[in-house]
Parts: sequence; structure tokens; C-alpha cells
Amino acid sequence: MAQPRVLVVGGGLAGLAASMRLAELGVDVDLMSLVPVKRSHSVCAQGGINSVNALTRQQGDTEWKHLDDTVYGGDFLQHQPPVKEMADWGPRIIDLMDRLGVPFNRTPEGFRDQRRFGGTLYKRTAFAGATTGQQLLYALDEQVRRFEVEGKIRKYEFWDFLAPVIDDSGRCRGAVCQDMVSMQFRSFAADAVILASGGCGLVYGRSTMSMVCTGSAVSRVYQAGAAYGNGEFIQVHPTAIPGADKLRLMSESARGEGGRVWVPRTPQDPRDPRTIPEAERSYFLEERYPKYMNLVPRDIATREIFDICTNEGLSVEKDRLCVYLDLTHIPKETLDRKLGGILDIYEKFQGVDPRTTPMKIFPAVHYSMGGLWVDFEKSPSGGMLEGSPRNQQTSVPGLYAIGECDYQYHGANRLGANSLLSCIFSGLFCAAGVQASAGAKRAPAAESLYASALRRQEERHEALLQRPGGGENPYGIHHELGDLMTRVATVVRRNDQLASAYDEVCALEERWRRCSLSDTGNWTNQNVVFTKSLGDMFPLAKLILKGALLRDECRGAHYKPDFEMPGIAATDAEGKRREAEQWCDRFEANTKKWLKSTIANHGADGHPQITYEEIDTSLIPPRPRLYGLVGGELIEEVWRERLRARSTPGGHGAKEGREVGATQS
Amino acid sequence: MIMKTNDHDQGGQTAARTIPVRVLRQDAPGQESYWERHDVPWEPNMNVISVLQKVAARARSQDGRPVAPVAWDCNCLEEVCGSCTMLINGRTRMACSALVDRVLEEHPDGIELRPMSKFPVVRDLVVDRRRLFHSLERVKAWVPVDDSFDHGPGPRISPEEQEEAYPLSECMSCGCCLEACPQFTRIETPRREGETDEHLAARRTAAYDQGFIGAHAVSQAVLFNKHPTGRMIADDRMTALTAPGGIQMCGNAQNCVAVCPKHIPLTRSIARAGRAATLWALKKLFDR
Repeated sequence: MAQPRVLVVGGGLAGLAASMRLAELGVDVDLMSLVPVKRSHSVCAQGGINSVNALTRQQGDTEWKHLDDTVYGGDFLQHQPPVKEMADWGPRIIDLMDRLGVPFNRTPEGFRDQRRFGGTLYKRTAFAGATTGQQLLYALDEQVRRFEVEGKIRKYEFWDFLAPVIDDSGRCRGAVCQDMVSMQFRSFAADAVILASGGCGLVYGRSTMSMVCTGSAVSRVYQAGAAYGNGEFIQVHPTAIPGADKLRLMSESARGEGGRVWVPRTPQDPRDPRTIPEAERSYFLEERYPKYMNLVPRDIATREIFDICTNEGLSVEKDRLCVYLDLTHIPKETLDRKLGGILDIYEKFQGVDPRTTPMKIFPAVHYSMGGLWVDFEKSPSGGMLEGSPRNQQTSVPGLYAIGECDYQYHGANRLGANSLLSCIFSGLFCAAGVQASAGAKRAPAAESLYASALRRQEERHEALLQRPGGGENPYGIHHELGDLMTRVATVVRRNDQLASAYDEVCALEERWRRCSLSDTGNWTNQNVVFTKSLGDMFPLAKLILKGALLRDECRGAHYKPDFEMPGIAATDAEGKRREAEQWCDRFEANTKKWLKSTIANHGADGHPQITYEEIDTSLIPPRPRLYGLVGGELIEEVWRERLRARSTPGGHGAKEGREVGATQS
Repeated sequence: MIMKTNDHDQGGQTAARTIPVRVLRQDAPGQESYWERHDVPWEPNMNVISVLQKVAARARSQDGRPVAPVAWDCNCLEEVCGSCTMLINGRTRMACSALVDRVLEEHPDGIELRPMSKFPVVRDLVVDRRRLFHSLERVKAWVPVDDSFDHGPGPRISPEEQEEAYPLSECMSCGCCLEACPQFTRIETPRREGETDEHLAARRTAAYDQGFIGAHAVSQAVLFNKHPTGRMIADDRMTALTAPGGIQMCGNAQNCVAVCPKHIPLTRSIARAGRAATLWALKKLFDR
């Protein structure tokens, strides 16, 4: 039998890690990307990559606590075995990247330095200045180039993935793709296809994501039958720099290195921020979250910033919502050494030096926790079984998903510096299973299968080019879609808005069908590539809205004020206790009803069919996420009592007794 | 997410203000280039990318003629991916960090956009930069690890070494240094009639191998020859650096360092590589 051949779609951290490991295992790889892989969106990741390390270990940290922080931060909406495996692999992954030459910042003795990130109390985050994603990506890009020279990896850059090729048995046998320079179509036979195509930020118009993050590859396999999980969980990053073309990320590491978020107590105080006395500033995150201060998980920081601007009217500016992110108390030399890259971005795009003037920032759509549903096989130790062909496999056999485009690791909210880890981990870890799947004996797919798949894409393309002129403008429709999604499906969600937005998206999709192209040529036609990707945004927008509409609760990034569980209002001991008990009752009922992944399948009518999937919480029982809630300590006490009562011999959760106490401090 | 600013506030006075934009277009390789004029409505905080987005969305030239949107490369829009290099009013730079108001301060007549001149034009502002990545292959710009399995941490590195390596490692392969370099000249290998993909690729690679590797690749060679594991194949890199098209071609114009958007100390790397090349040549002479 011929050497197995795998097609990897996407050359960010996940795609490169998988390609490298597959090549090493002797598998031939076709690596496809919309841009030269070195220009992938992973370069935008700034702050760092999480893992237990020698230092935190001596402060009591363990892989188990990394797992705990991740699932608690994610509000328990992720299967725990894959997260456990990822946390266990963390130290090895950092060591590997270190060996590959990533210039991690160093301590005076020459060890890797670490900083603290949100949602944990440990300094787990290794970093390379403030361009950690870029540095990690380059290290993998270099290894992939090495394999390319050896002929093990063949790159297809400036290629667009159009559709998977699926045989009669339902197995993925390759893909149809298009060269975006010559506009030629080609089908690729593959023994397995791995999607590593990243997030779908462009569904929201402007976000912190790069221009290739259209979600089109994911949408195309979803429309071909792959299930999509937890679409409604979209991370809105607390701190970004508003811009006309893009909302540029201002890394969490700015707060990790001591940056403080504040607003003047006087609304729109016209004074130079540096002259406003301490007493007249509200450091609202520090005031409300004395434990985590400025490093609360992202969903919480985002809501607080949003709230103080919209509801309390304390935005720094009147016409543009923003708060101060202040680094001016930190020595300039330290800032340059640890945050140089991101401060340069601010200075370059805003024309103001953040070393001497507080930055103005506001939340922006940043990451998609949801993504293609993928499988895993559990190992006896409670993690993932290495080498299983089920790991990272979508609901279409032979089709895999890794990195941001899978739904596996971050639940309802991703912790900062966990994405670089999940991308590299899923890429490396899936390889052995993909190899097994690709290497299994099966009859070659019929040529006619590829030919007909190719023809369908050619027809779609021709139909687009031949649309009559004078119709809708795709760029205008994209603008409207982005505005709509940003308005209703980000920080605060309301059912009436979500329901009407769903209809509006359907109407936009109808208008898209009447788009005219301004370029009907067949050479480097960016207009048609964009128009296709826009058409594929609607199925994603619909599943995001539908998932959000149906999920009547608050969980992580999904916040519906109508279903919020307020803290304790009573002031007397007895009343407090009673409310805490009621709170826990309600929490239990809600967990029972909603601790489930939303699974969307593309219906024949173009609408998502929603079902729900139970979550594997075999390692750490779900517990209330109480960051900063009034009466949180009492609720936690009541909750622990309940768990203790339950973990008496024979009771549910007895085996996990050890982990119950694994709380945050 | 963007919270709407009050658009009307500015609308009254500025609606009439437009930016004249001249774009040097070319429909495909081998075709004649031509200038096209667009008038783009001014908005606050624009960069050249948002100008091009508006040009694409309007798809009409200044005289109202329907035209195909201008093609250009971009991705991250925060000057870290290296995609959007072009000549903006004659200067090689990234379009994303070219703020319109600043450009207009220096060039009140308007914005002029041209593709890089040292790479073959694919279409309009899109150029073929494969040669740039091929240079990285020539100098083996990687750490030659045994494999990606667990062998513990990498070598200990002092903060001083890290601080020297990090800026070199920030090179995003944008090609500004190559555009500005007098010794880096355009290599174009149009397909010959009936030529297969494989043959064309081989011919192209051979042509690239004769050309100057460029400051970016020299700097990467220095970066990896400093790394404790990377230097284990230092001789291979020195061979590449001293081969035809190697460091001896550098004419010391120092344009590269002046245009690097990441302020990478390219001339320092070149000086270092030059010294190392001399020592290496001497060593080879005596080792014979």
C-alpha cells in the first residue's frame, strides 16, 4: 500500500504542529493555507503560553490545578479528559518549543521566566516578549520548512479549501481546493484531512482576528455534515484598541505585568489622566475582585468594562466607549523588556506612548471557544488515549479538527495563554491517531467521486461569476452582518434581540444570493474568494444565534441578564444562609438542565438543528463559579457541605473526593 | 467590538473631503501596468488598508467607471504578519501601519500605491515573494533538533543572549529590506510554453540560488549560529553565506536597516556574518 497521505488545512500553530509531527512519523503531508503559513493568525497571540513549571510546582501548583483552573474558568463546559491530557503535556510542550529555539524571556540565572495570567494565582505563563505567538509559530514554521526541503511536506500557500470529499460510506477522502492565484480547481485525495483553520472572527465584522479568520473552511465542512459544538461561546477580550479596519489586541500580559484598569470617578473627566489624583479614580476591577484584581477571567473583565461604560456612564470618552489601561507606574525599562511588542503596536496605531500615557481600550471579539465537534478516547488514567484514531476526529470519519476550530478545550470561556497550548497540543497529540486512521487498509476512492465534487465547486464558482450586475455589494452585506452580530451576540444577550437577529441574518443571506461581483475574471480574483467566504458566514452566524437564543442561562462568555443568579441580598445570618441554600438549589437545577454542549447540525433547510451533549465531568465535579459574587464565600461553604454529604461512601462523587477541595487558593 | 461613535458629528464638515489615491495596477504577470485614480472619502484614524477596503467596496474609479477591485495582500493588520508590504508614496512599508493622516502630512497631494519592484507582480499590489522564503531554506534557518519528542528543556540562555536573539527573531519576512537593497534585483521566471509545474519550480529555484540571499536571511543565519543547538550546523550556514549570491554581494548601502519596520539591527547582523565568513574562510584554508 502507498504511503499514507494527509491534507492539513491551515498553517497556524495547530496545523504546523500536526504537520511536523506527522512528517516525523513518516506520513506525507500536503499543507494548505490561505496565506504563507508564516503569516497565519497565530502571530497575533501576544502574552504567552501556560504550563505548570518548576517554580509554580514548588509553590504547590500541579497539572491537576492547571486542569482545575481551566475547567473552572471555562465554567465546566468542556469534557475533562482532553483538558487533563493537555495540562499534563504542558511542561513537555514548553520544553519542546524551548528546544526549537523560541527566545523565551529569561531569569538572571538563565531559566525561562514566567508571568501571571488571568484566572489563576500562579505564574504559569512562559513568554517571549509580547509576541509569544509569533515566536512559537516561527519555530514551527522553521521545522516545517526543514521537512519541506526533505520532501516530506508539500505546501500549498494561497489556496482556498472549498469542500471535503466524502464517500458513500460517509468517510472523508480528501478535498476540493482552489489556487487563489490562478483560480484553478484541484481535488486532493487524502487518507485523512485535518482542519486547523482557526476562528471565525470575521462573522463579527471587525474583531482582533486576522483577515483570513472567516471561518469558511469550518463552515464548509459543517454544511457537508460535520457537527459544530458550543457555537454561542465567543470570547470578547476585555482590552483591545478600537480601529477603523480592525480592533487590535492589547494583551492580557499588560495586566499580568501590573497594568491597572480604571476610569475617572467624574464622568468624562476632561483632565489629562496623569493629573487625576488617585482618590478620584475608580480601579473598579480591583475594588470588585480583591482576590484576582485586574486578572479576573476574561468574560468577567469584559462585562465589568462594558458595564461601567454603558450602564454607569463612566466611559473615558463620550462618543467612544473606552476605559484606561494604565502602565505608567511601571519602569520604562521593564515595559520595554517584557511588553515592547504590544506597546509599539499601540504607539504605532494610536500615536500615543503608553509608557507615559494611560491607554484607552475597550472589549473586542477575540476567540471562538466553540468549533467543530471532535471526539476523544479516554485513557485509563482519566486523560486521552494517545494514538486513538478517535481523538480530534469530527463527526465525519477521516476528518479531523484541531486548534481554535475545534470545540474541545475551553468550555464557556478560555483562560488567557491557554490557546497557544491547546493549539500546539492538539496538533502534536492528534498525529498518532491520524496516522493510524490514515494508514488503515481501505479501497481507494473512485475517481468519479473527486470529479463530481470538483464539478460542483466549479459550478458554484461559475454561477457566482455570472451573476447579473447591479446587485448587492458583498462588502456592504459583510458590514451589516458584522454590526448586527456585534450588537446582539457579544457581551450581553437578550432573547428578543437574538430572535430578531436570526431573521435579519436570514434576510442578509437572501440578499447575499443577489450579490454582484465587481471582478468576474479568473486571475487572483479576491472579490469572488471573499464573496464565497461571506456566503459561508451565514450558517455560522445562524448557529451562533440559535445556540445563544436557546441557552437560557449565564455561563462563561454567554451572559443573559434575564437569567442571572444574583448574589445574596439578606443582611441577617439566617436570611443569608437561606439565600445561599436557595442559590445552591438553583445552581444544581441549572447544572442539570444546562451543563451540556450545544451541538448544531446543518439542516437540509439551511437552519441549524440543535441537540445537546452530556459533558464528561468525571475528574472534577462542577461547582459554582463565584468570582466576586456578593455572598460568594457563604455560597461556597454551603456548596462544599453538600459535596461532603454526597461523597460519603457509596455516594456519587466519592472517588473524586480528593479533587473537591481543589479551589482557587 | 465597536461601539458606534457619533458618525453625524463629523459628517457635516468632512463628508466632502476625499483623499486622492493613485494605484499602479497590473492585471496579470507580463501585462502592462497602468495608473488608476480613486477618490476615497476621508474618515478619522484611517490607514492604507482601510483605504484599499473602501476602494474594493466601491469598485469604481474616480470617473465612476466600474473597475475590478484592486488586489492586495494583507492579514493581521497589526504589523506582525508581514503580508501587506507595498510602496506607499515611494517608500517601502507596511500598509497597515501607514496612517493616512501622517502620509497626507508629508504628501498633501494624495496617496500613491505601487507594488514592490523587486518581486514579480502577480496582480496589482500582490507580488510573488517565494524567493524570500527560499533564502531561509538556503541558510537552513532552523534549529536542527533530533525530533519533537520529549528530551527535557532547551539549553540555558542568559538574559543578554535572549535580548540579542529576540529582535532578530521578530523578522516577519515582509521583504522591506530586500526592496530597499541595491544588490537585490528582481528575478522573474515566466512559464515557458508547455513547461510542467515541476520543471518550472526547478528552474525558478535554480535562478533564486544565483541571486543575493538578502539581509533578512543573513540575519537569520546569525540568529541560528548564535543558538547553542542551532550552531551545530553553523558550517552549513557559512557555506551558504559564502556561496554565489552570499554575503559578499552586500554593498553596504545600509538601506535595509533604515526601512525595517521592526527595527531589526540588520547591518549589525551583516557585519557579524561578514567577520564570521572571513574567519571561516581562513579556517578552511588552514584546515586543508
